[in-house]
Amino acid sequence: MGLGNEKGLILISAIVEHKPGVLHRISNMFRRRDFNIESISVGVTEFKDLARMTITVKGDANTANQVVKQMAKLIDVVQVNVLDWANSVQRELALIKLKAETHEKRSEIMDYTSVFRGRIIDVSRDSLIVEVTGDSDKIDAFINLTISFGIIEVARTGITALSRGVISPIENEGKA
Amino acid sequence: MSVLNKSSGGKALLEALKKEGASIIFGIPGGAILPIYDELYDFEIRHVLCQHEQSAAHMADGFARASGKPGVCFATSGPGATNLVTGIANAYMDSSPIIAVTGQVPKPMIGKDAFQEVDIIGITTPITKYNFQPRSASEIPETVKKAFFIATTGRKGPVLIDIPKDVQTEECELNFPDKIIVRGYNPYKKPCEKQINAAVELLASAEKPMILAGGGAAYPEASSYLLKISELLLAPVATSLMGKGAFPEDHPLSLGLLGMHGTLTANKLISEADVLLSVGTRFSDRTTGKVNEFCKEAKIIHIDIDEAEISKNKRVDLAIVADASEALKVIYEGLLNRLNKKGETPWFKRIKEFKEVWEGWIFEEESNKELKPIPILKILRKTLPVDAILVTEVGQNQMWSALYFKVFTPRTFITSGGLGTMGFGLPASIGAKAAKPDVPVVDVAGDGSFMMTENAISVSVAEKFPVIVVIINNRVLGMVAQWQRLFYERRYSAVKLDRVDFVKLAEAYGANGVKVQDLNEFSKALQNSLKLDVTSVIDVPISPEENVLPMVPPGSSLEKIMGVEKWDWVMKKG
Ligand SMILES: Cc1ncc(C[n+]2csc(CCOP(=O)(O)OP(=O)(O)O)c2C)c(N)n1
Repeated sequence: MGLGNEKGLILISAIVEHKPGVLHRISNMFRRRDFNIESISVGVTEFKDLARMTITVKGDANTANQVVKQMAKLIDVVQVNVLDWANSVQRELALIKLKAETHEKRSEIMDYTSVFRGRIIDVSRDSLIVEVTGDSDKIDAFINLTISFGIIEVARTGITALSRGVISPIENEGKA
Repeated sequence: MSVLNKSSGGKALLEALKKEGASIIFGIPGGAILPIYDELYDFEIRHVLCQHEQSAAHMADGFARASGKPGVCFATSGPGATNLVTGIANAYMDSSPIIAVTGQVPKPMIGKDAFQEVDIIGITTPITKYNFQPRSASEIPETVKKAFFIATTGRKGPVLIDIPKDVQTEECELNFPDKIIVRGYNPYKKPCEKQINAAVELLASAEKPMILAGGGAAYPEASSYLLKISELLLAPVATSLMGKGAFPEDHPLSLGLLGMHGTLTANKLISEADVLLSVGTRFSDRTTGKVNEFCKEAKIIHIDIDEAEISKNKRVDLAIVADASEALKVIYEGLLNRLNKKGETPWFKRIKEFKEVWEGWIFEEESNKELKPIPILKILRKTLPVDAILVTEVGQNQMWSALYFKVFTPRTFITSGGLGTMGFGLPASIGAKAAKPDVPVVDVAGDGSFMMTENAISVSVAEKFPVIVVIINNRVLGMVAQWQRLFYERRYSAVKLDRVDFVKLAEAYGANGVKVQDLNEFSKALQNSLKLDVTSVIDVPISPEENVLPMVPPGSSLEKIMGVEKWDWVMKKG
């Protein structure tokens, strides 16, 4: 079983029933068991009745173990696994609204955005919205870089992830 | 798939319950569950009208524990549903299969804070194994089947079904499925061969093997293999509170209860074991004492059907995720191939010596007529047949029962282990009596606990489930008083409780009430109530100063046993 990354974050991927109340059951279990969710992202999968949840949690190998077992125990969780950071890909999407009152600032922001392979997705007289995708470090870096322009708002999705290769460790090992 | 004619949701529920084998329902009606009760009016299934929904849930729980079949309880929405909560949480902590059915406001009113609306799905999510809210009548049969499947397989537990009122009245064609799939749920876990072999190896080469049996081992099948393994290895068996009944306590290898109020033998010897086979236990703090110091010298093998219990509280050396009876069976067979029955080992001799000291202590007070906890429990054991069911309340009465009332088979000792719910005993004993009408059922109570659900006497009388309540009456919240005496310098804050004449109270409910003055009177009163076919309440006054001893102070290692100073000599040997 893989462990946390250098920040001590454990990456968990779960396939869950896609129906009302499931997120509550899962997040409630985390609260009840005193696990601390750092980020959580949910969306439908290739099957319309199943959703994938990517959760990051702070903790050690014991925490990882318990989180997976406690999740596996929930009836609505079909599969759950810890993903190895190196053997999986992780992405996060962020929308960042920046102050940009002058032409110079605008073009500077656009330069940075293109270096980060982001996109400008909205322009108003005094501001821009930038979309950046990547691992969380990249998004942190972009925000640090552009903070001096004045950040108006940030929305981040939290990490979503998939294991590499044809057979995912999830299918391989089954439930937990 | 069998098809029934048109029917209402309420009728569908009752039909489905019957198909799952439910024979009795404990409950209280109300507005949001009226359509179901209306169907019940001419439906052939027994309904027991309770006085409080908490008791209804405990009765279902007691029924389940005594019979091995799930217990069913009904409540209306809102306060009816929330009154069930303690009973559901209690069943959850002790892995007891109950099916709780609640009425809910009609679908269009859900979320509108309608009269008696409560989010019982949200409230019970952390205390049920699963909960359902069918949105149409046609879902009900499948939901019920799933509920029973989930409640009774794997690690057992409560399931709640919350049915909106309009779903109860809705008409539809009903299909009763023969099979159901619950995709994310696979309760049948086969023991892994490699781990079984490793366990056999460890046990066979142990010099001081010991067994710890929890609630997961207190089932007939599992307990029979436990006995065989223990005898083959000459391994003594201690139990958690929930494990009581997993091993015959009159057996030379029985050490009795382990933990905060465990026996001298169990608590002392466990630190000497070199291999511990623990079965169906979650290593609760009440069982292990200070967990880091628990069973330090031993390699620990842990069998549990719930994988999440592995290394949750205690790191173990070898884990086997499987049904206890299956795992024990293959371990036993492995051991049989691996070794011959042992002759008397030094370990066994030490156990024997320890047990003599301990039993000597228990029998010491034999001649005195004074009402004291140990002789009271001894008289109970002597008087009751071996298959009688002893239920307890919570507190000193519970620990005295666990320590001094010997139990021989699973399902004959029923207690609230995980939640420690005062008020559990009386309704649970009524549920147990409903399950086993031919067997005497005795609730050993404390006065405080008894008063929490004492109105269930009316149910016991009216519905003819004649249990015997023995109130070990110290006129205080005894266990709290004991802690105040031992750990709070006798500052008795809010524990005095001498308010009720229990004889009159029993009589007011139509029960037989009697107060006794000494052991002889108690013995006679007990024998007499066994002959009656009406509920009995026996008030047994004892000193408010009695302690449950031995005791391990909270947070201490099991070796720090209080109240055994006079046995220091035996503890130092070995
Ligand atoms: C519902 C509930 N409330 C409070 C407690 C805390 N508590 C544990 S033991 C105890 C005293 C029990 O007194 P009693 O029923 O008279 O039994 P005794 O200890 O005297 O045998 C209390 C208040 C509890 N376990 N359950």
